[in-house]
Amino acid sequence: MYRKVVALLAIIALFAGIVAGCGGSGTSDEVAKEPDVVRIGVFEPMTGLSAAGGQMTVEGIKLANKLYPEVLGKKVQLFIVDNKSDKAEAKNAVTRLIERDKVVAIIGSYGSSLSMAAGDTVKKARVPAVGCSPTNPLVTLNNDYYFRVCFIDPFQGTVMAKYAYNDLNARTAAIIRNVSQDYSVGLCKYFEDAFKKLTGDPNCIVATLDYQDGTQDFTAQLTTVQQKEPDVIFAPGNYGDVALLIKQARELGLKQPFLGGDTLEAPEFIQVGGQAVEGVVFSTHYSKDAPVTEMSKKFVEAYTQEYHKEPNAFAALGFDAYLVILDAIKRAGSIDSEKIRDALAETKDFEGATGIITFDENGDANKSAVILVVKNGEFKYLTTVNP
Amino acid sequence: MTLTEFLQHMANGVSLGSLYALIAIGYTMVYGILRLINFAHGDIFMIAAYVAFFGIGIFSLPWWVSFILAVVITAFIGALIERAGYRPLRNSPRISVLISAIGISFLLENLGLVLFGGRPKAFYRPPVFAQVFLVKGVAVQVLTIYIPLVTIVLLACLLYLVHKTKTGMAMRACSRDFETARLMAINVDRIVSVTFVVGSALAAVGGIMWSLKFPQIHPLMGIFPGLKCFIAAVLGGIGNITGAVIGGFILGILEIMLVAFFPALSGYRDAFAFVILILILLFRPTGILGETMAEKV
Repeated sequence: MYRKVVALLAIIALFAGIVAGCGGSGTSDEVAKEPDVVRIGVFEPMTGLSAAGGQMTVEGIKLANKLYPEVLGKKVQLFIVDNKSDKAEAKNAVTRLIERDKVVAIIGSYGSSLSMAAGDTVKKARVPAVGCSPTNPLVTLNNDYYFRVCFIDPFQGTVMAKYAYNDLNARTAAIIRNVSQDYSVGLCKYFEDAFKKLTGDPNCIVATLDYQDGTQDFTAQLTTVQQKEPDVIFAPGNYGDVALLIKQARELGLKQPFLGGDTLEAPEFIQVGGQAVEGVVFSTHYSKDAPVTEMSKKFVEAYTQEYHKEPNAFAALGFDAYLVILDAIKRAGSIDSEKIRDALAETKDFEGATGIITFDENGDANKSAVILVVKNGEFKYLTTVNP
Repeated sequence: MTLTEFLQHMANGVSLGSLYALIAIGYTMVYGILRLINFAHGDIFMIAAYVAFFGIGIFSLPWWVSFILAVVITAFIGALIERAGYRPLRNSPRISVLISAIGISFLLENLGLVLFGGRPKAFYRPPVFAQVFLVKGVAVQVLTIYIPLVTIVLLACLLYLVHKTKTGMAMRACSRDFETARLMAINVDRIVSVTFVVGSALAAVGGIMWSLKFPQIHPLMGIFPGLKCFIAAVLGGIGNITGAVIGGFILGILEIMLVAFFPALSGYRDAFAFVILILILLFRPTGILGETMAEKV
């Protein structure tokens, strides 16, 4: 008898764990089929390796929803699904948003691979999606239903290559990339192309080393890089992984400056990296120290009031993605997905928190990048680079 | 490749391998006695890291108190898991226990996500463990020395426990046959509990050492080390404690050397570990030290 009770308790605990683990959008059934609600889906990595990025983005989306809760006289309801930083889960999440939650438009996701995994699904279902920070060009390429409010990696790679060449006087570079991420692989390629053009030296990339999601030990890669003596090391990837990578590099005695991309902007990067990540330079989408529009100021004020901490680029992009969809619904005068898509494609000179957003023929926003540096345990604004 | 570079790679390999070895001994010990692949081992490892993290971060305990506490609490949780998840299935087919182990693994991971949140946390590394010194141009972390030391000491203790004590004798008897052991007046349930307590304590030490070396913890951190140490255990001969240590070192050094000698293949490092697993299972399923069946725990 006792045994059975224990077993039963274990099973109940198991289910409780699973249910709680998948939670987050339990409100869907309560308001199902309510006509006066505009249903907008969000799929972001709330858990897993990219959790910080997804959670920061969702903070921005929720803030925008709080400030602008209505469109066309209807209430906007968010359906937030965790894609667990996993490509297969990302596809499932979007299918669930479309088929179960019947959303009219989708926001997401942090991570180019996660967005690309959902691309076919939104295209087939003809539901428009607006990415907040997936920067790989392939996310929107040949997909009329995918848009994004951020710049793309050919630009970001060039920005960092120019910074390495002009500001750091680097003539050789090593690349350490995460081959599980389309983001990391793509950005490294554009950095390499731009750096080769700048130096005019086809051998300026002295080493390219790879790792995968889940890798914690980078010592072998770093020791190999160390022997090649590059002027600078370019390592875009997850904030936590890159923080560990740089920490191990410093312990092995590598003195070179490290450069990265927008995904390094997370408090965890500094918490995990500590002293080792001082001086790391990376490009991102936005800095509170360089407000570009009236909306930027409004966003910083509202964000600080709501969350009592410094805003970041991902929250700002989430905020903008929501507003861009709302603007499109307003112009379309309808909550029909096709009409929203057509209106989105015509988005022009929209004033968002991260800058002026105009979608080009691919659905990409052509925006400037800011360069940040880690100084005294904080992200400090260095400069803005225009396309 | 210069000699210094090779030695640096060697140091890196020994450092990583000793961690694999440390976690693999707990894995292999539980298997040796219960013939159960404890899939929850990696998650128990994660729990230990979080207990130590909260001990230092929230209760402001000195790091060593926090570490000891983490080992004790994790050992207790291990016993609890055995009581709730495995004991009721003692007389069921082995596959049921295996499925129960997978369930417990998912339970711990999801519980971790709910309780601790999905975002990674920075693990405090006491200054004693943060030092690095140079030996002829080779950078050696103090952890590279401490971890193998801990592994060897624990290996010795475990071998003593299994081979020289009465409990160890009972453990070895249970590993052969529960029924016969019972007839010999061995309290099988108690012995299995002890096995889990020791196994979980070993996982806890592994989790703390891992977090000291890679000071980033998150609820899913145990999955990959768990898989790697499973490979290490199979490589050394699953069920054989000395074999697990040897397997751990070999796996760590091979992984590092793959990157060292074939930098272009660095992205296939994890795949390489699994290729080793497949090759071992195909050509030498008993592992390196697996021949002497009588040696099994």
